[in-house]
Parts: sequence; C-alpha cells; structure tokens
Amino acid sequence: MITYLSNNGDTILAALRQHIVLALLPVVIGFLVALPIGYLGVRFPWFYHPLVNICGVLYSIPSLALFVFLPVILGTKILSPLNIVVALTIYTVALLARTVADGLRSVDTLVTRSATAMGYRRLRRLTDVELPVALPVILAGLRVATVANISLVSVGALIGVGGLGQLFTRGFQLFYLEPILVGIILSVLLAAVADLTIVLVQRAITPWTRFEHSDRGAA
Amino acid sequence: MNLSYLFDPAHWGLTTPGGFPELLFSHLGYVALALLIGTAIALPVGLYIGHTGRGSFLAINAGNAGRSLPTLGLLMLMVTLLGLGLTPVLIALTVLVIPPILTSAYAGMRSLDQRVVNAARGMGMRPWQVLTKVELPMALPVLMSGFRSAALQVVATATVAAAVGLGGLGRLLIDGLAVNDYSRVLAGAIVVAVLAVVLDLVLALVQRWIVSPGLSGRAQARTRRATT
Repeated sequence: MITYLSNNGDTILAALRQHIVLALLPVVIGFLVALPIGYLGVRFPWFYHPLVNICGVLYSIPSLALFVFLPVILGTKILSPLNIVVALTIYTVALLARTVADGLRSVDTLVTRSATAMGYRRLRRLTDVELPVALPVILAGLRVATVANISLVSVGALIGVGGLGQLFTRGFQLFYLEPILVGIILSVLLAAVADLTIVLVQRAITPWTRFEHSDRGAA
Repeated sequence: MNLSYLFDPAHWGLTTPGGFPELLFSHLGYVALALLIGTAIALPVGLYIGHTGRGSFLAINAGNAGRSLPTLGLLMLMVTLLGLGLTPVLIALTVLVIPPILTSAYAGMRSLDQRVVNAARGMGMRPWQVLTKVELPMALPVLMSGFRSAALQVVATATVAAAVGLGGLGRLLIDGLAVNDYSRVLAGAIVVAVLAVVLDLVLALVQRWIVSPGLSGRAQARTRRATT
C-alpha cells in the first residue's frame, strides 16, 4: 500500500482533485437552482406535490444511464467532464428542491405572521426570517446531497471521467487491490470531511439551534 | 431520441438471450435478494436500537457512512477479492441497502408516543407483544419510507453490476456504450427508470395495505365522512 502510494502520488492527487471539483461544483450550482424552485413549491401550494413527484422520478434515473445519455442531449463529447457535472446537478436539484420546500413549509406560521406584522415585505421576510429558520432542514438536505455526490462521481469512471473512480477501474482491470482500496478510503474520507464542514458551518450560522439543544439538556 | 431498440419486438422474446425479459429478471433478482438480506440484517438491529435506545449513535450515523461508500469501488473490490459471481454483487448492494433501513427502523421506533407503549405494558402485554403488536405496527410508516428509498437506490445502482461483467439491465447501458449504440443505452435508461417508478408504486400500495388505517388517517377520514 505504501509503495503504491509513493509510486503513484501524482496520479492519486490528480484523481482526488478532479473528484472534488466534479462532486462539489454540482452541489453549489444545484443549491442555487433548488432555492427558487423549492420556494415556488411553497408559494404555490398546488405545485408542491408535482414537485415532489418530479424530483422522485429524476432521482430514480440510474447515474450510469444519465452519464452516458447526457452527451446525446447536450451535444457534448462523451469524455467531457461537463456530463458528470450536469448529471450530478440534476440529482442535487432533485434532492434539494424538495428539502427547501419542506424546510420553508416547516416554518411556524406564527413566526411568519409576526414578521408580517412587524412590517416585513414578502421578499425581505423570506430572506431575513423564513430562510434562516428553515436553514437546519435545508442544510441537512445539503449534507445528504454532498455525500451522495461524492460517492456517485466514481461511477463516471465507467465512461472515462470519474475522479477517484478511475482508481477503481484501473485496479479492477489489473486485478490489483491497492488502487481500489486507496480510492474507497479517499472517497469516504472526502465525504466525511465535506459532511463535517457543513455541520461546522451550520453550527456557526444557526447559533440558536445549539441554544435549544442545551436548553433541552438542562431540563 | 431513437426508440427503435426499445420497441424492437426481437428484444422482447421471453427466452431471447440478452432480451429485456431476461435482463429484467436478473436485475430484479439482484434487487430482491439485496433487499431481503439487507432487511434481515438491518431491521432487527434497527428495532433493537430503537426499542432499547442503546447504540443510537450507530443508527444515526450508519445512514451517512453508508451513503459515502462508493458502490462501484466496493463492487470492484469484492470481485477482485472473491472472483466473478453473484456473491460480490450481493455484498455491494446489501451494504447499500442496510443504512436506510437501519436508520428508518430506528427513527420509526423513536417516533412512537411513549404513552402508547406504556399503556400497552399497563394492559399486561409481554415485551414481545408490545414490540410486534404496538411498536412495530406504529413504526411501519417511517420504516416503509426507508425501505422504499432503499429499493429505489438499489434498482438504480444494480446497473453497475454490468460494469464487472454481470447481468441485469446495466448490460444495455454498458454494451450499448461499448458499441456506440445510443438507442440501446436509451432503452436501458428508460426501462430502469420505469422499473423504479413501478416498484415504488407497488411498495406504496403494499404500505397502504399493511399500515393500520388508524395510523394513516384513512380511518378518521372515513368516520368524519360518516358523521357529516
């Protein structure tokens, strides 16, 4: 394992770097797309159930199928990393649009009505009151999407672009355990670090949830 | 969009090697076996943790830890270790299925109103009766939602089995890609997505059937209609 690591350091690092970009870029884009879509699911109640169903169907498309099929729709080259980014963005939106809607729906109407009574207009109320209150739910969804993306990127290796997944296919073709093991360990570690980062960010930007927890502990 | 492969009757023969029925059958075989083994392992553990409250940390974190394991890597690792066959596929898919079922079994048990459990005990039910007649039926809605998401995931992921040379609907994707036959790839993608949606509908019906009407709100709706 050590000799494999020292002999292939550059390859592994390049794979890891590609993996990070391919997994996290879709999370950022998907999050920004999912926010307005999820909001529409709350603003127009009739849209909520279709939204949930569409998201469910999108999420059930196998990643491998989406990876190989997007080039046909987008007109991109089969080896273009863009296919992976678009596919994972679709999954992220499917997962997060619903979470955003659920998060916003979970906001106590007493809170929104108080905000309205204090003179908040719809948009200000959304950005200053409803979104912050819904943040714990939304960030929980973001954690799921991030971790799922990081493990999905490797499937891209089957079409030639897959970050750490390339270590899997290489090891598999050569009947050689080390690359596969290194790939799995790095992928899991990356997911753990990303997950932990979101948890820490959440603690920093939603201090009131910590307060509630300590309250409950004291009671 | 070229649908010729999907609608070519030559690919729908029941005994045609590589035809849809054969691939569908092996795909469903992987899915069913993985769900069966995964449930047999995860359900008792999840119920035990939820019932006793011991090991909650494991149940809560199993979900995220399981999601972060790349199935393709696990599958290739298992095939490299054990050789080609059904066992490595089942191990990789079972590992995928366990976390959602374990977490939802635990969450279902934790979501119970403790007063109901105490009432059951007060009526003289044995612990086993409390579990099977009160806790399990009441935890079923949450449990079933975990089982359904596990089923959806495993239907989509079982396609990866084709990457190591095994069967299932993934064959259409891998082989179609290898010979640049996008009509075949599209057919595979559509069949898998339809399979996932149909399976989820069937499980939704099963859920309606096994969840007590008193819990799903249907009984209340009925009495409300009767009284008004």
